[in-house]
Amino acid sequence: MHELAITKEILRIAVKHAERAGAERMTDINITIGDLSSAVDDSVQFYFDFLSPGTIAEGARLHFRRVAARLRCRECGTEFEPLGVDWRCPHCRSQGGEVIAGREFYIESIEVE
Amino acid sequence: MARIKIIEQVTRANDQIAAQNRQWLDEQKVVAVNLMASPGAGKTSVVMRTIEALRGRARIGAIEGDTASQVDAERVATTGVPVVQINTGGGCRLDANMVRPALEQLPLDEIDLLLIENVGNLVCPAGLALGEHVNVVIASIPEGDDKPYKYPGMFLVVDAVVINKIDLLPYLDFDVPAFRELVAGLNPKARIFEVSCKTGEGIGEWTEWLAGMCPRK
Repeated sequence: MHELAITKEILRIAVKHAERAGAERMTDINITIGDLSSAVDDSVQFYFDFLSPGTIAEGARLHFRRVAARLRCRECGTEFEPLGVDWRCPHCRSQGGEVIAGREFYIESIEVE
Repeated sequence: MARIKIIEQVTRANDQIAAQNRQWLDEQKVVAVNLMASPGAGKTSVVMRTIEALRGRARIGAIEGDTASQVDAERVATTGVPVVQINTGGGCRLDANMVRPALEQLPLDEIDLLLIENVGNLVCPAGLALGEHVNVVIASIPEGDDKPYKYPGMFLVVDAVVINKIDLLPYLDFDVPAFRELVAGLNPKARIFEVSCKTGEGIGEWTEWLAGMCPRK
């Protein structure tokens, strides 16, 4: 449900950078999002298509690069991706670990003409 | 065709306003707590119990976030503490820009501890800064002991977990040690409190922890 607010921010940030670069049109926006960050890709594109007409980003496609959650075991240092409800280290079976990836949420780049 | 490298956080504008809110609270020596939970876990009951337990020791203010209605603010107002209701109009979480005008309506110089009750939701509020100093999630016994698995984004970012409704433990299959182990694995720094807002059990330990964070004005 917060995708509308997120999409407004994505549009605002992308347009700001495109205008600063003197671009006439934006064709693509590349977004990096970790699986531990909450946003639904299709929903963001839906709102974007609704919000972007009349801006230089009109018609731009959003591309989401998903980053899987990745943990580092606090006991043995093994790095692993948790699978569903299994958050145990595959090596020593201790529970959970320090999050080293999966919480990203940023605009990586834009393509302009 | 050209690619422009950006690397800008999507929540940057929110985070900047949150930093301003935080600075303002620091100047007024107010400690702010962001209380998050699913609907029905007992956020407002925890707020009520906390006000009651800290009466005479810490001056409390409250911000009540909900999609609609004033019922929570009206309930909290019966205790006599200053309270502001924020209605998000269907929005799934509070953000820093909603909290700011609420701060303007509160007598911050007369408040030591500000309890901010977020919208009931274990997904969206997680990790979105409001200007708070402390993040707390309230889990309740009827919800089941598997919530940290299902909502890791929430349990990873909190400073404390309050397990509410422990008076129901004899009637439900909630495995407290398993829940504690899971939380400790995800977030070993998180304090865990077991409370019942119904009976008052455990409330003292929770409120002592909160009181310990409040600077004397």
